[in-house]
Formats: sequence, C-alpha cells, structure tokens
Amino acid sequence: MKYEAVIGLEVHAQLLTDSKIFCGCSTQFGGEPNAQTCPVCLGMPGVLPVLNERAVEFAVKMGLATHCKIASFSRFARKNYFYPDLPKGYQISQYESPLCHDGYVDIELEDGTRKRVGIIRIHLEEDAGKSIHDPALAGEDTLVDLNRCGVPLIEIVSAPDLRSPQEAHAYLVRLKQLVTYLGICDGNMEEGSLRCDANVSVRPVGSRGLGVKTEVKNMNSFRNVERALTFEINRQIQLLESGGEVVQETLLWDAGAGVARPMRSKEEAHDYRYFPEPDLVPMVVESAWIEKIRQSLPELPLARKERLMRQYQLPAYDAGILTMTRELADYYEAVAQKCRDYKLASNWVMGEVLRVLNERKIDINQFPISAHRLSGLLNLILDETISSKIAKTVFEEMLTSGEDAAAIVQRKGLAQVTDRAAIEAIVVKVLQENPKQVEQYRSGKEKVFGYFVGQVMRATRGKANPGLVNEILKEKLRE
Amino acid sequence: MESARVRHQQYVRGQFRLTDVVETYLARIETQKYLNAFIQVYADEARERARELDERRAKGESLGALAGLVIAVKDNIVIKDHLTTCASHILDHFVAPYHATVVEKILQADGVIIGKTNLDEFAMGSSTENSYFGAVRNPVDPERVPGGSSGGSAVAVAAGMADLALGSDTGGSIRQPAAFCGVVGLKPTYGRVSRYGLVAYASSLDQIGPFGHTVEDVALLTRVIAGPDPRDSTTVPVEVPDYLKALNQSPLDLTIGIPREYYQEGLDPNIREAIQSVVDRLRKAGFTIRELHLPLTDYAIAAYYIVATAEASSNLARYDGVRYGYRAPQAEDLQEMYFRTRSEGFGTEVKRRIMLGTYVLSAGYYEAYYKKAQQVRRMIKDEFDAAFREVDVLITPTTPTPAFRLGEKLDDPLQMYLSDIYTVTVNLAGICALNLPIGETPEGLPIGMQLMGGMFRESDLFRLGHFIEKQLVGPVH
Repeated sequence: MKYEAVIGLEVHAQLLTDSKIFCGCSTQFGGEPNAQTCPVCLGMPGVLPVLNERAVEFAVKMGLATHCKIASFSRFARKNYFYPDLPKGYQISQYESPLCHDGYVDIELEDGTRKRVGIIRIHLEEDAGKSIHDPALAGEDTLVDLNRCGVPLIEIVSAPDLRSPQEAHAYLVRLKQLVTYLGICDGNMEEGSLRCDANVSVRPVGSRGLGVKTEVKNMNSFRNVERALTFEINRQIQLLESGGEVVQETLLWDAGAGVARPMRSKEEAHDYRYFPEPDLVPMVVESAWIEKIRQSLPELPLARKERLMRQYQLPAYDAGILTMTRELADYYEAVAQKCRDYKLASNWVMGEVLRVLNERKIDINQFPISAHRLSGLLNLILDETISSKIAKTVFEEMLTSGEDAAAIVQRKGLAQVTDRAAIEAIVVKVLQENPKQVEQYRSGKEKVFGYFVGQVMRATRGKANPGLVNEILKEKLRE
Repeated sequence: MESARVRHQQYVRGQFRLTDVVETYLARIETQKYLNAFIQVYADEARERARELDERRAKGESLGALAGLVIAVKDNIVIKDHLTTCASHILDHFVAPYHATVVEKILQADGVIIGKTNLDEFAMGSSTENSYFGAVRNPVDPERVPGGSSGGSAVAVAAGMADLALGSDTGGSIRQPAAFCGVVGLKPTYGRVSRYGLVAYASSLDQIGPFGHTVEDVALLTRVIAGPDPRDSTTVPVEVPDYLKALNQSPLDLTIGIPREYYQEGLDPNIREAIQSVVDRLRKAGFTIRELHLPLTDYAIAAYYIVATAEASSNLARYDGVRYGYRAPQAEDLQEMYFRTRSEGFGTEVKRRIMLGTYVLSAGYYEAYYKKAQQVRRMIKDEFDAAFREVDVLITPTTPTPAFRLGEKLDDPLQMYLSDIYTVTVNLAGICALNLPIGETPEGLPIGMQLMGGMFRESDLFRLGHFIEKQLVGPVH
C-alpha cells in the first residue's frame, strides 16, 4: 500500500515589539538573566496585565498578509499549567476566539507549481521564561531566566494541508519570508524567534480519512523540520505496514541522534483548563484601524516576485531568489534602477553578491558595496570599459577598498583595450609565435581557437575587449 | 464617634495634632490586641508620617483630602517594601516590591497608614476565622465573629483603631463584616477602583472598597481611591463624581425597590423588622417604593462558588515556591516541591476552593459548570439591569443573621457559604452596594441593611444612605 503524509504546523513567531506584551519591560535578546523583568512579568501577587497595542498591530499584519479574517471582538484566555519558567502558573493566550482566522498562504513547490495552504487561526500569547539546566552553574538545581517571559508571540496554526516534509519546508520558508517582510519577527529558527511544532499522520493514498496523529516538537532549524518529519512519516508507515498502530503522543526530535522520541507521559498529560482571562477586557479591533494597517503593509513576497518578473523581465527563478528577503529585493531594485541591463544586474546580485553574503555569513544590509556602486561597476561592463572578467577583479577590490569601480579601474589601469589596431597587432604577433597551432586550426581543429584568445588576453593582461579579440582572430585566421 | 470628614476638617483647622491621634490609636490597638484585627502595625512609620504632616500643616502647606486621618489596610493589598501575607503561611514572609494603586492614592492624599489588617486567608471566608494568624473577634461580642473576609478592617474601624479602612469584596467580604460590626462599608461598582496591587482571589468579582463610621466617611475615601487606572484594564473611564457634594442633594428623586426574594425563609426576624421599619419611614418621608422580583437570586450562590473558585484555582497557581513565598524544604524533585509547598503553605479552605475551581474548569466539566455558571451570571446581570430601569436603589438585608459565634460554622462550609446569600449577586452583576447599620438585635448585635445601586451609581447609595443615617436612624453607636 502506498501512504501519504498529512501534516499541519503550529508555528510560534516572536514579535519584534520593543516592550513585552503585558508590561513595559524590554524584549531585547541577551540581557543579564532576569534583568528585563518587573513585578508584572514576574507574576508577583496583585499585578495585572496591560495589553501592548503594538503586538496586536503586528498580529493583525500577519493576519492580513495571510488573508485571514480579523475578529473585531476576541478574547484572551488562561492556559493553566505548572512549570518553573511560567511565573503565574498560567500563560495568557487565546483559545475560543482568536484574533485572526480562516486564511491561507500560497507556497511554491520544487516543480514550480503553487499550492494553497489553509491557515486555521493566528492568535496572540505571551512567551514563557527559560529553564537552564547547567551543572557548571547550579549543580543539580535548575536556574530560571525570565527575561523572555512576556515577550509577545503569535501562534500560526495551519490546516492539515501539507503532504510531505518538502511542502512543510516550503510553507515554513514562506512564513519566515512573510514575517520578515512585515518586519514583525526576525524569523531566526536557531535562536528560537521562530519555532515549529508539527502534527503528523499518514493514510493510504486516496483515502479521505485521517490517521492517528502524533505531535513532533523541538525542531529548531528548517533542516531539522524536514529531517524530523521524514523520520516520523517513515516510522508511522513502517509501524502500520508491520501491523502496528500509531499511538497519539508527543515526540521530541533529537537532532543529534536523528530520532524523535516520546516525551515522558507525565509531562504531556495536561488539561490546560482554559477559561477567559478576567484581567483583560475583550479585545475590540475597529475596522478603521484594520484598514490603516492594511494600507501600511509592504508589498508581499509573491506580489513582489511577480512585479519583478514583469517590470524587469526576469525569469521566475531569478525573481524568486531576489525576493527571498525584502532587503535583497530592495538592493536588487536599487541596482536595476541605475543599470539598463536588468538581467545582468540579477546575475550579479544572485551570483557574486549572494556568494559573498554566504561566505561571510552576513545580511545584505551589512554588504560593503552599495547598490549605487554595484550599478556603477555594471555600467562599466555595459559601456565596454571593462570586461566581465576584469569586473570580477574590480568587485573584489571594491569589497575591501570602498572605492567606486571607476576609480579602481583608473588607478589600476584596467580599462578595456578597444583600439582595433592595437589588438590587431597583438593578434598578428600571437599567430606568428604559434605557427603549429595555426596549422592545427586550419586543418579543422577549431578547439585551439580558445588557446589563441587566451594568449591575446594574457598579452593584454585581460584588458582586451573579448568581442573584438574574437572578431579579429577569426578574420586573421581566415586569411 | 466623630466622622472622618469632620475630623479631617478639624485637623486642617489645627484643632488637634496628628501625632497625638496616632498615639491614641496605637494605644487602642495595643489594649485590644485580643481582637486580633491587625497582622502588622506600622507604629514608627505612622508616628513619623504624623510628625511630617503636623510640620507641613504648621508651615501652612496645603494638605490632601485624607490629612488628619488614620487608615488601616487589609493585608491582601500590597504596600511597597512591606509584608503582604494574605493571612497565609505561603506568603507569611513576602515583601511586596511595589505599591497598590489605592495605596499610592491614599499616600498622595496624606492619609496615614497604621497597619495591615487580618483576613480570611486569601480573602476566602465569611468569618475571618481562616487566618494563618488566628481568628479575629467581634468587638461588640468577642465570642462572635466579625464576619469576613475583611474582618480585621471592619473591626479596626468599629473598635476605634483607625478612622477608615480598606477591604476587598468578592462576594460580600466588605458588606458582611460591616454589617456584623456595625459600620458602613461599600462594594464599589466593578471597574470603579483599581485592583492593581490587590492580591487576586477571583479577578472578575474582586473590588477594593472602604469602611467608615458614616456614609460620609465612606464617600470621602471612595472619592480618593476611585477612578480609571492605566495599570488595570478592567477599570472603566467613567468620571468620579464629587461624592461629598452629592450628599447635600435630597435623595427624594430616588425610587426604591424591594426585591421579595431577599426576604424569604432563613432571614432573622429582628433584621426583617428593622429593615421594614426603615422602609416604612422612607415611605412616610415621601419616597416611592416598589416591590419587585429577582427570581434568579436562588442560583446566585451556586454560580458564585463556581466562578470564584475557578478563577481562584488559576490566580493562586503562582504560589509554587519557585520565586517567592514559602517553599517546602528538602524536596527531592520539582513535583514534590510543588506538592509539599502548596499542601503545607495553604490552609484548608483555600485548598478546598482550589480543588473545587480546578474541578469545574476540567475537561469534560467546563461546559456543565463554569460555562453554565457564566450564563447564569449573565442572566443575573440582565435581571439587575432590568430592575434598575424601574428603580434606582434596591433595599435588602446584608446578611441573613447577625454575627454568629466563633467556630459555629467552621466545620460546615455550606452553612458558611450561605451567609453570603444576599451579597454575592452584587458581585456577579458587577453593581455597587453599601452596608448601612440600622440598629441592633435585642442582644445588642448590629443589624445591617444593604443598598444596591446600578453601575457607577455610588452617588445614589451615598445620598440615600446619608439621608437614612441622618434623618431616620440616627447614629447607631
């Protein structure tokens, strides 16, 4: 029997508000443990939460970007459970009436087709603190850092529309792209600002029913999501094929061992006893405010990709890569606006620029060559001042010197030789010095042509205009 | 006993020194220690603040609305750098890191806080017997309870250990002890007074309110503590009227309602007669009085104990021994630490309510209990809204009986819960209500009458209460 997977993802995204969701404490990452706390986020007796409007705005942004309905009236609820990093003994979340519901995102699969993935709900909640189990710091004890406690989160719950780990990956990539475009989350899975849990089941292909699902947690990178899902899908299929049954349980992904293991049952046997949070009034979102937020939304990735294809006549592949992040797309457009060859600009940004970003593990914002300077370099290629090859040398120089391309070309005398007579003289000289190869060429071994080109370029230290060199070489060899 | 308002005016005019008054009160607290009204007394601080105020007065500086007055605060309201125990072992060493909003307002108004008063643990109780620091006694008859949970605050005022006091009222915890001790006490409209700094028992029902000797006193303190607070989202941005000014207006425009359900079986005949007599005199004085029905009253106690315990089970989850408060020593692991800390730290009644509340919120029971109770609550609110379209103030007994004996109901929680039968509806509906002393039983025990008003209609209660106090009843003390 052939099986297919049914996957739904629950993604938590930490919102980039300056202060926490229910108090004024800073949300900055990496502060001294417990320095960014106050009586409210410490859950001291008698404190009350006050909702951060900015967090609501960010959640509404994500709701609009995922075509959700925004509830004009929604409530917070308490999710009750005991854990040392949860100071109040409950997490303020949303349960019966989430802020955003019934939306979708379109993802692109490897074969270029698009798939629509349903979004069941997006709700607001507060993050918990962190328990630290470090024998060096505390021996057998556990330490608690509550700096993260109260940082606003949105939880994005997808419909069980994903059918493979690759689709799940593509969906996550799209969510990351959306939150970063919106500027509401930095999308960093490794640092935990984007977290993903998965509900996984399998069923015979063609079946409409749903199998027993498991929940997989602790997948802290895009790659681990794919690995963990692949593992779990295979495990379930093998179990069913060997006559076993899938048990509904929660599994923790162990990236080191490459396996997902059941959590201890004590930890998952939760009855969260949700009930409406009495310390907060219902959240009323006015339609005028939603409209204002809608107006403020940036162009979203898919729309931008399509515009780039239209406006700059780019292939879908290029437009897809260039719009991976909003900043990269901004950079490309800034280059393209000052460079008449849009495809050349795309090649350079996707090629040289991205290579350097990857090598140096930096963002486009930290890239040393401004869009203005890069377009200057490309224009030197386009007006034939330098060859593409020389341009790469100039590019390397620009990375360190911070000069304009033109200045480097002039300082180093790298301008292309386009003087026909000068090139002719060199060609003649090269042919004279290599009679054997000329003989070979003329007897039909056209591959040696490249050798002549190389010799001419070497003689001009790469500065000869390659088109001209080809043309003159062919002319002389015909003689 | 002079009203606090009069004493404030005398103080501002220079008729007495606050340092002397503080000494008098401290002496009374000392000689009436057997009442067990206070958990902590801030003798030195009160003396120091009194001296400062006397000096400021001598320099001719302007003084706040509470200058010259001594105030006691229920020990479930936090004062920065002071213990806030909630009369619980689990918080018996807890020092609060911040001021409650009401405390800030009292200090800004130049009130002198003399100490923290005893209560039923976490405000759960109707007799102030459930305290880790021992039961409070009623000054009228020390063999009887003062009511609860704000028993210490009611006693502090009744026994002359403070001019005014703050309590909290979740199901009657201000009005019932006020009735048992013969003082005036107000449960303000939900959202009228900030709860920031009030240790939560049942968040959707809790409200801080004042105790005083007279309606005027209570109006004075209400005026100081009321108003919206950016730190409490459930406060409502409604203007706080000048309650003292309102007292001068004749209340004859107010229509009075008598809900029949509050005068049925179980009501002490002395209380019934005392109220009847006041109502008769009001009618004679020209008031329009209508009988009406609030049939949902019968469901109030059940709905109350579901909603209140559900919220309590969640509100009290934070006392887990991790960050502050009592932690059971030498636990082997986290689970044991939680179990032992909470088993040893909480008293019997608190544990009973946490278990009840946990149960009614549990999967499979939520719909049958919590959800249904919320629906009943909504209907009770609607019923009151409808009543307040017909009348302005409802007159009911505050309690079914006068103060009962210590220990009498301690082993019978249900009987204890029924002593709140006339007060819990007000909290469920979110409206305001005042206890007014109107007389005594033949044994000399105080009788309280309850005035209920619509949302944010405290002025109506003060006007009518003041009229009854001045024109009909006369000073009870």
